[in-house]
Amino acid sequence: QFQLAVPVAVVFAAGSVPGDLPEPLPFRDVQEMEISVNLRTSITSRYEMVYRRTTAEEEAALDAATAREADAALRPLQDASLGSLTMYVVPETSSLLPQGISVYVGKHRSALVRAGGGLAALRTRLRQLTQVMSFTASSIAAALSDRVPDSQLSPDARRHLKSSLGYEITFSLLNPDPKSHAVDWDIEDAVNRYVQPVLDKLSLVANFSVDSQILYYAVLGVTPRFDKESSSFLLSAHSLPHVINPVEARLGSSAASLYPVLNFLLYVPERSHSPLYIQDKDGAPVSTNAFHSPRWGGIMVYNVEAPASPQASLPLHVDVDMVRVMEVFLAQLRLLFGLSREELPSDFLLESPGNEGLADWELDRLLWTHAVENIATVSTTLTSLAQLLDKIGNIVIKDDVASEVYRAVASAQSAVAELAAGHLHSAFQASKEAVTSSERAFFDPSLLHLLYFPDDQKFAIYIPLFLPMAVPILLSLAKIVREARQRKKEATKMD
Amino acid sequence: FQDQAEQFFRSGHTNNWAVLVCTSRFWFNYRHVANTLSVYRSVKRLGIPDSHIVLMLADDMACNPRNPKPATVFSHKNMELNVYGDDVEVDYRSYEVTVENFLRVLTGRIPPSTPRSKRLLSDDRSNILIYMTGHGGNGFLKFQDSEEITNVELADAFEQMWQKRRYNELLFIIDTCQGASMYERFYSPNIMALASSQVGEDSLSHQPDLGIGVHLMDRYTFYVLEFLEEIHPASQTNMNDLFQVCPKSLCVSTPGHRTDLFQRDPQNVLITDFFGSVRKVEITTETISLDSDLAGFESK
Repeated sequence: QFQLAVPVAVVFAAGSVPGDLPEPLPFRDVQEMEISVNLRTSITSRYEMVYRRTTAEEEAALDAATAREADAALRPLQDASLGSLTMYVVPETSSLLPQGISVYVGKHRSALVRAGGGLAALRTRLRQLTQVMSFTASSIAAALSDRVPDSQLSPDARRHLKSSLGYEITFSLLNPDPKSHAVDWDIEDAVNRYVQPVLDKLSLVANFSVDSQILYYAVLGVTPRFDKESSSFLLSAHSLPHVINPVEARLGSSAASLYPVLNFLLYVPERSHSPLYIQDKDGAPVSTNAFHSPRWGGIMVYNVEAPASPQASLPLHVDVDMVRVMEVFLAQLRLLFGLSREELPSDFLLESPGNEGLADWELDRLLWTHAVENIATVSTTLTSLAQLLDKIGNIVIKDDVASEVYRAVASAQSAVAELAAGHLHSAFQASKEAVTSSERAFFDPSLLHLLYFPDDQKFAIYIPLFLPMAVPILLSLAKIVREARQRKKEATKMD
Repeated sequence: FQDQAEQFFRSGHTNNWAVLVCTSRFWFNYRHVANTLSVYRSVKRLGIPDSHIVLMLADDMACNPRNPKPATVFSHKNMELNVYGDDVEVDYRSYEVTVENFLRVLTGRIPPSTPRSKRLLSDDRSNILIYMTGHGGNGFLKFQDSEEITNVELADAFEQMWQKRRYNELLFIIDTCQGASMYERFYSPNIMALASSQVGEDSLSHQPDLGIGVHLMDRYTFYVLEFLEEIHPASQTNMNDLFQVCPKSLCVSTPGHRTDLFQRDPQNVLITDFFGSVRKVEITTETISLDSDLAGFESK
């Protein structure tokens, strides 16, 4: 029962205006689509489209040689607020988009679309593009996964990280064979150079804390197979689930933080098991030599080359190539959050976000789903709290719990209103506040139902104690009252 | 299509937790501590790390002045197996094992100063194993000789957990006298329960050890442990086999189980879904490209 509004600006460059427009430019149009989650819940998505022609500056920007340059030039000319999208329609013959590509998605919040095929085809392409850059029915259903009946969810719907106020990231280097390899990794520099920019981009979503450690003599739980053909050791795909457990016990986690932990492990195989490759289901070695586990983290195997001469002195000094490692770890971080680039239509060209790790519209995608998830969580939490209070009539609600509940309700209402108006940033902030308040209210230690006795228990305890005592007291009270009445009657009689 | 069918029967969990509670203290309740520690060992062996196990024990056996072999707790006579070992991590010990703390752990309503190891930080994709042992009666379980938890309170606690989606599936095992009464009142979905005896029956202990002087284990847990010793992380044994453990001829009491609240068929539920920790993995096929020259180095 709530609305998600996405403001979209569709800008037609000269020569790209389709002949069959319903109204002359500029005009506004609203398209609504309903995503039904279950029998009672549904979400309406409103795409508020504004169609207009390009301005002179935009035309000049679109004259650039490549799509990337055009995108960079167009950026200062567009509405850069979170959640809004701008799509430039270029003529069919334009050379900005390479052959065979009909949509180019930049790394901010804009895209270039090739015109052609009339208005209806353009509209379909625009709708598809809008969904890619904001949210789809399945991403919203995944965010609301506990309300969707299990049979309708795709099997991987609940594997992305849940929305949380913070995450802890731990990088671990596993060296099972320190006698052969003296491994050095400049993790601090790598974190500052490569990881921090990505986390800065994601700082809107949550707080991140990063730590790292080196573990010696930590072995994988599985013995790899030796493959004669490639003279290397192979880990098959179905043995991977058993790799994580023996290591996990040694990973440790911060005692102070309660945030979910994401572990990224770099494993340098022993001399006797080198080189070690991971095999996928079809038996082919995996190019990244890495795998990840939903909601847990990722593991990458880093092979060290054999020494040139067998008499080389052990231990070999190994300087880890942090760029290669971070490329994989950051890709795994994206996948853990659910930002995958694989399921897109083939005629879409996506700009690489470079060192920032994710494009602006990918950040928007995260914010949309997390905002919806937060609001759903708030409503479930508060409903359940209300049911608890109904059941235990004499529970005591402290003042601060009450004020947290009020704050949660107010923030949730404001979040819903902002989502319907299309202000993603303020909607997300409001939803975060709402979740914080509602969790604080629900998990307040004073609300333990054990502390409040139901009435029947009170009767059961006090009646056997007081009833026997009460019987002689009541009887003597009755006797006193009777005697007093007698005396009064006699007093009146005597008179 | 085969893949889809497989996935339908598989559990949708991504992590495992275990809450192991021994509710007795004093030397003559040695067997309850041995029960809990044996389950703890099995669960650790099958992969659940200490950070995901909440162990509540009175922990007064190993260093008890009456223990002829100090610093050990044995589960087999002739002292074959020391379950106390070197790396036991007890989260709630001695007088901290109370009904209130147990309910606080389950529902999450914990004072903010509690350390991470004493919390159950499960989420909606966690499978939780809850094992309780001690002295019980019809509808209640005695905690450390001073208080009780009733089956209604336990059922309410599980409902609070379900409301906040603190578990995906829950397996509840109880080894006490009249244990089946404790799971009678459950009403939250996705709970499977096993008990060592029916209402009106007593659970009996297994083997006294003349060297130590007390009974070392309870029968039901002893046979469950024998069953678990044959499970390894990759085994495909399912719950129906666990239900057959300890028939009346061996156990004297009749073990019971309850699966009506559980959505999947017990035949499709693997033992390792609850006792072990087998994670779902995916091969990483995407990478991003980082430019090492242009990366801005920010000095903090």
